[in-house]
Amino acid sequence: MKTPNFLIYLAVCAGVTYLIRMLPLVLVKKKITNRYALSFLHYIPYAVLGVMTVPACFFATGNIITAFIGFIVGCILAYFNKSLLTVAAGASLSILIADIIITYLL
Amino acid sequence: MIYNITRNQGKKRQVTHTSSSKYLNFKKGFSDGIPICLGYLSVSFAFGVFSVSNGLIPIEALMISMFNVTSAGQLAAVPIIISGASLIELAATQLVINMRYALMSVTLSQKLDNSVSFLNKLLIAFVNTDEVFAVASSKSGSVDKFYMFGLILSPYLGWTSGTLFGALAGDILPSALTNALGFAIYGMFIAIVIPEMKLSQSMSVCVLIAVGLGCLFEFIPFLDGVPAGFVIIICAVAAAGIMAIAAPIHTEGELADTKHPDVQ
Repeated sequence: MKTPNFLIYLAVCAGVTYLIRMLPLVLVKKKITNRYALSFLHYIPYAVLGVMTVPACFFATGNIITAFIGFIVGCILAYFNKSLLTVAAGASLSILIADIIITYLL
Repeated sequence: MIYNITRNQGKKRQVTHTSSSKYLNFKKGFSDGIPICLGYLSVSFAFGVFSVSNGLIPIEALMISMFNVTSAGQLAAVPIIISGASLIELAATQLVINMRYALMSVTLSQKLDNSVSFLNKLLIAFVNTDEVFAVASSKSGSVDKFYMFGLILSPYLGWTSGTLFGALAGDILPSALTNALGFAIYGMFIAIVIPEMKLSQSMSVCVLIAVGLGCLFEFIPFLDGVPAGFVIIICAVAAAGIMAIAAPIHTEGELADTKHPDVQ
């Protein structure tokens, strides 16, 4: 990894993130009231997380089958409103178990 | 996501602090932040593992966490950095992914009392994460700067040290374990999105549109050349934009009654 390039990436990344947080905090005295702007801002985080998760998560473990199992387990746990930690750990654990089973069965 | 869109708190009185109230407020903020810190330890650990298994060195993963303090944005940034993609793509991706913080900052600005100066805000903004925002919003009345300093400190320590541990451990953990942990951050995203989809049909539609578009970009030969960062932007903005017009949320008085789960 070329360090000088990395620092520039870091600066841009952190800079954008920070400005998004900082500018409204120091500049805005009035609340946003436009219904469509509020709606957009309401939907966008979940749309972002959704598109970041599927289909990328299926390629996260090196094996589509185990990833899919993790995905299903995660969705089930999340459907029952389990905590962040429970869902993440449960999904990961199911992948580990599936991985071990597949490795020793084949 | 808790949008605490409250009515204007009215006149703000000038606030003064005794040295003991400064310390007490700081301590309260710090202890309110401890649950956040613990949650962050596991997520940032997974991020550390993810970064290292994708080619970053531990110090780079640590620096990303130290200067960004956000899970989704950092997760998207790593592949962009590794692949040497353009700074424009990185900046635009971070803008869209982190856009929700703009609304949180607007809302938080209403909550801070007179003791919070411009310089204080510069510091607080740095660690205004979903959880920090949610906790600060849940306090009755306004919050002062010492409380906020405490509230941002414990999560920050958890987020950064967790990343470091994960990055260092990622090199020595067996691959079965890193593979399983590689899914952990996605598990977290699922934990956030599914309950919200359960609460609202229009949210389900929104997420499905975004995911559907994302799959198009992944699997259609012509489209799969579009860089990952831009795919996220296009799909999320399109889905949210469509739903904002097709199914706008209730505003002010009505929204105050609805509850939304926390988001990281």
